[in-house]
Amino acid sequence: MTYIAKPKFHHRDLPKNELGYTHRDYEGKISTLCAGCGHDSITAAIIEACFDLSIEPHRVAKISGIGCSSKTPDYFLGNSHGFNTVHGRMPSVLTGANLANRELIYLGVSGDGDSASIGFGQFAHSIRRGVNMTYIVENNGVYGLTKGQFSATADRGSKSKRGVTNSDNAIDMVAIALQLGATYVARSFSGDKHQLVPIIEGAIRHQGAAFIDVISPCIAFNNHTGSTKSFDYVREHNEAVNRLDVITGRAPISIDQAPGTVQVVEQHDGTKLALRKIDADYDVHDRLAAMAFLQKHAAKGQVVTGLLYVDPEADDLHANLNTVEKALNTLEAKDLCPGSSALEKINASLR
Amino acid sequence: MSATAPISSVNDFVVRFANVNGSGSASANEMFARSIIRHGVPVSPRNIFPSNIQGLPTWYEVRVTEDGHLGARGGVDMMVAMNPQTWDKDVASIEPGGYLFYDSTKPMPASKFREDITVIGVPLTAITNSTYTDPRQRQLFKNIIYLGALSALLDMDPKVIEQLIGEQYKTKEKLLSSNVHALHLGRDWALQNLKCPIGLRVQKADKVGDRIFVEGNNAAALGAVYGGATVCAWYPITPSSSLADAFTSHCKRLRHDPETKKAKYAIVQGEDEIASIGIVVGAGWNGARAFTATSGPGVSLMTEFIGLTYFAEIPAVIMNVQRAGPSTGMPTRTQQCDVISCAYASHGDTKHPLLFPEDPHEAFEMAAQCFDLAERLQSTVFLMLDLDIGMNHRLCRPFKWDESKQYDRGKVMTAAMLDEGRDFGRYLDVDGDGIPFRTYPGTHPTKGSYFTRGTSRDRYARYSEEGAVYQDNMQRLLRKFETAKDLVPRPLQANAQKPTKYGVIYYGSTSPAMDEAVGMLEARGHQLDRLRIRAFPFHSSVASFIADHDFVYVVEQNRDAQLRQLIVNENGIDPVRLVPILHYDGTPITARFIAKAIGDHQDQLKVTPLRKVVS
Ligand SMILES: Cc1ncc(C[n+]2csc(CCOP(=O)(O)OP(=O)(O)O)c2C)c(N)n1
Ligand code: SF4
Repeated sequence: MTYIAKPKFHHRDLPKNELGYTHRDYEGKISTLCAGCGHDSITAAIIEACFDLSIEPHRVAKISGIGCSSKTPDYFLGNSHGFNTVHGRMPSVLTGANLANRELIYLGVSGDGDSASIGFGQFAHSIRRGVNMTYIVENNGVYGLTKGQFSATADRGSKSKRGVTNSDNAIDMVAIALQLGATYVARSFSGDKHQLVPIIEGAIRHQGAAFIDVISPCIAFNNHTGSTKSFDYVREHNEAVNRLDVITGRAPISIDQAPGTVQVVEQHDGTKLALRKIDADYDVHDRLAAMAFLQKHAAKGQVVTGLLYVDPEADDLHANLNTVEKALNTLEAKDLCPGSSALEKINASLR
Repeated sequence: MSATAPISSVNDFVVRFANVNGSGSASANEMFARSIIRHGVPVSPRNIFPSNIQGLPTWYEVRVTEDGHLGARGGVDMMVAMNPQTWDKDVASIEPGGYLFYDSTKPMPASKFREDITVIGVPLTAITNSTYTDPRQRQLFKNIIYLGALSALLDMDPKVIEQLIGEQYKTKEKLLSSNVHALHLGRDWALQNLKCPIGLRVQKADKVGDRIFVEGNNAAALGAVYGGATVCAWYPITPSSSLADAFTSHCKRLRHDPETKKAKYAIVQGEDEIASIGIVVGAGWNGARAFTATSGPGVSLMTEFIGLTYFAEIPAVIMNVQRAGPSTGMPTRTQQCDVISCAYASHGDTKHPLLFPEDPHEAFEMAAQCFDLAERLQSTVFLMLDLDIGMNHRLCRPFKWDESKQYDRGKVMTAAMLDEGRDFGRYLDVDGDGIPFRTYPGTHPTKGSYFTRGTSRDRYARYSEEGAVYQDNMQRLLRKFETAKDLVPRPLQANAQKPTKYGVIYYGSTSPAMDEAVGMLEARGHQLDRLRIRAFPFHSSVASFIADHDFVYVVEQNRDAQLRQLIVNENGIDPVRLVPILHYDGTPITARFIAKAIGDHQDQLKVTPLRKVVS
């Protein structure tokens, strides 16, 4: 048996969302990752987020690269199309898919090896193009699937399972995403479901390039003392700037009632992000401040989590290319082919 | 008077312009070619340019050919020598009895000329400097002035050129009149000071018909528009950049919604070739017609993705404008050297269809056809152009489009079909042709979704690394390739006037030179049946053509006889039966070359008794 399908048993009393779907409708195959892998918690958070948002599962396209993390799209949203592409190239495939049909929701799932090394360029360029997507990096600081080599996000000075100290500087993908113009940037921790689920919800609702770096410990190769991507390390060094609630347009909005502690951000699609602030000075609209804040805390050895930046007025690649509202993959010969009279004119101009 | 009699020829000669890259000569030279077409006389021009932007030598050759031979001829009858740097080489390349046209403002030592040619000096710099003060104007108008002088020397009708200038500067009255003025400056000087016309002359004829004059890259780009391509992702590389540029400008003119002014296409300049093909793969997976244009080094980078399209069965179109390799090779020179690397691109056992257009007309048709084939076969399909077709103007049949044509979107299972209860297994061979059904993402809330992957899986797209399951899939992919043989363009056969034991196979841009070479060979007493291959996989008629002849020449523009290798490999043919005729110095193959190589081989056969080869 080389695949494991989940039994199709539905409990009657499972709670339903607005569309009448239960959690089970957002699940996929049974995970074949190591028991306890942080990636499985992210899978659970994605399922939760899609359930909460009452997304039609088949309207999501899940695209990944190669790695343990990139396998996870098979483990959620079993009724949507998924594409496990090649190592590091998820962003370009997602970009193409998005150009073909702007009406679906695009979820890109990648690893730190996938996105910070071989796919660093594609990560950067998909962000700078403003592709409308939720780009999640399941960041464990190692190559899981090829058994524990350091990845480019491993902190300098951190130790591998075999005791080797990493002498290279780390790439902070959040800092890069901010610098490249991502319009929704967050970092979270696979072990903090309460923070992660609404961050994913906000990203899905965001109309533009949303990037989420999720620290996701690899229990097989990077969960030991000396690692800065272990469960214990992240719990101890987590500095959360905010907690998030996502309020869709349909729900009554009551969050404004606690002034001073809540910042409400309205996105393009009418969704409201309610940020319950933990750090009193933190402003999610200030890209430069976010960059400085991140660096300041990194120097102290702290992992900043939360929604770090959002531009609710963001544009996306389709807006920049001025493409028609209709999905390009639905256009037919009558829409696309200029016909033989136009061709006659072209012929005449070439004589 | 030179020792050799001056060449005398009407409507059949080669003029070559030697210029310095960046001197603005290109448009004057092209106008020269176009004005001859407007005299009703076919031409076949070729641009020979360095892989550098400014300062290095560049040549533009115009073959004037009343008989309509569109291949390169070889040899130069008249050299317009405007580049001091290449003077010696240029003068040496003139045929005995030919003509040298040069700027005689500064006197040249007699040793710089040849006895056996006619030297025509026009003080171009002096004329220009006495008329214009602005340095840029001096440079640009010098080109028009030599065009004017040539028109007198070759007996061309100035009205024809004036009309062309008028069309070019339709909306720019000032440029129009100043160009016409420069044209007459040169023309009048020649008429007053030189013996006009010379032995080479252009005479009005009616040999062009309704043919159009266009570059292959432009034609292929237009084919992509007509073929319904909506997504194009590309990365700059010579000689394919102009294909993407042309697609952009055609789309700007032809593909905007008249009401909203919004674009019915998306063009992305990728960060590299890997991203470009990745975008194509994503768009193809999601049901859009997508392509990239590239050249050899780009194909090298794309191969991992190409393997994915083969195994995961995703439509993609790659227009490969081949240039001389390996590595950077000669980026601005032509070859047909990516046949093997495209046919078997990527690791593991892969095969991909290739289409070989012979001219811009076919580049247009086949470019459009690539999208039907890619969707029908759910695989990467290559349009194999080369620099010689892609970047040079060619006279060809006008473009045609059948209004009733619908796009072949291949086997796509819709929500309605799924609701009918049709069994959907992404890799099920329902019809026995090796081609499975696919669904687009977002089709149905509960049915028809699947997980696409490059890893092995069973007929229902469920991950499986069982050997038997893997083999079953690989065998089906072979069946699909077998089906492709009847879907791709068939080879075209033309028989010799008399029955013959010998055949010749050729493809792509070799075509016009081959057509001409056949005539030359007949004149030498050699008869050859011809087969022009238009696609890989090879139709069954390729093997039967080879079986029907004692042996067959395979003419191609690469060192390693790549098409021959492919034929031997795919059809299990004894290599001895296929004689390679190879031209790979980066210049376009000529009729003279083919006729000599085959003719010499045939002559040898006449003296040496032929070793009988068994079929
Ligand atoms: C072109 C290519 N090079 C190398 C590999 C081998 N490979 C598979 S997964 C992987 C690293 C995955 O690491 P990461 O993205 O961090 O994911 P994780 O497994 O840690 O979740 C590598 C190097 C490959 N599949 N393709
Ligand atoms: S190796 Fe690490 S990343 Fe991969 S499944 Fe196991 S725990 Fe997760």
